[in-house]
Amino acid sequence: VRGHRREVEKEREHRQDAYPCAHDMRERGKRRLWRRGSARCGWLMVLGLVGLVMIGFIPLALGAAASDLEAQVREVASQLRCPVCQGLSVADSPSELANEMRTLVREQLQQGKTSAEVLDYFAQRYGEWILLAPPKRGFNLVIWVLPFVLLPIGAAAVYLGARRWVRSPPAGESPPPRLDSPYAERLQRELDSYQ
Amino acid sequence: MMLKKVLILIAVLPVLALLAYALTLDPRAIPSPLVGRQAGDFSLSLFDGGQFTLVDQRGKVVVMNVWSSWCIPACYNEAPALEAAWQRYRGREVVVVGVNYQDRDAAAREFLARFRHTFPNGPDVGSKIAIEYGVRGVPETFFIDRDGRLVHRHVGEISFPILVQHIEQLLQGTGGT
Repeated sequence: VRGHRREVEKEREHRQDAYPCAHDMRERGKRRLWRRGSARCGWLMVLGLVGLVMIGFIPLALGAAASDLEAQVREVASQLRCPVCQGLSVADSPSELANEMRTLVREQLQQGKTSAEVLDYFAQRYGEWILLAPPKRGFNLVIWVLPFVLLPIGAAAVYLGARRWVRSPPAGESPPPRLDSPYAERLQRELDSYQ
Repeated sequence: MMLKKVLILIAVLPVLALLAYALTLDPRAIPSPLVGRQAGDFSLSLFDGGQFTLVDQRGKVVVMNVWSSWCIPACYNEAPALEAAWQRYRGREVVVVGVNYQDRDAAAREFLARFRHTFPNGPDVGSKIAIEYGVRGVPETFFIDRDGRLVHRHVGEISFPILVQHIEQLLQGTGGT
């Protein structure tokens, strides 16, 4: 009996060490009182709760990071021309090559490269042709500046043309065109014959 | 009235000049920023089980052909010329290598068997090599000199005389353009 009691005591000590919170809760349950000794348990419960909440947020945080990455992949891919398509960006093309290029963009962004560095990687291999928007330097500037130069010129041409059109007399007021006399005579004869 | 004619001429002439200039260009000569630079290294797991690594070919002239079994008729037309070039130059420090682009394994093997290709050939997994070399379509052929520099890129079907011309230039060390 003494041996058995010792075994039980040992078991209780072990439980107290291994599961302090469970022990405190049992004790509290017995006394039905909130004692100072259970503060340890309270802290553990708070930590546990915080841990649970944090674990709950992990998938959300991962999802947010993944959607951020996908948005960045799409942003970069939409600036790249699909090499095997007609007028489609890498982001919009369903082709296998465009898919491989999107994978490459994703890998490079995950490696910590910036969007500009990824675009440069493709431009180094395909030339500036691969960029849907030509870089604003050198001869390319013509493409960027010319519309702003041509727009006022076009607007002025339309304005001047419209003004001239408005000022010219309406067609109804112009004198009737004169017919050559043989036709005029014939027309008159036929008109007379109807009357 | 005279002014109107001059204005029309000023508007039309640049367009005509642009069209005339475009007619003088070779549509196969697509500019590549890679020409003149060190060729990107790659490793190819061959259909016959071997391994091909570009960096191991230093000292040899490398002719890299990008092809597909679905590329009809260009890849089929040029296939005999590639094998003929390989047979002619294989003993003279020249390597022809085939990079199979976006293909099915069975169809690619059937193609190789049909044309009895004996030079190294392997699939470009994930189109990594094609992207590294800025490939826009098949077939394309790249000529790499003994120092591993990309010297010439041929877009579209290639003929035996053109292969010979570029290989000879590279063997003589004059480069191909």
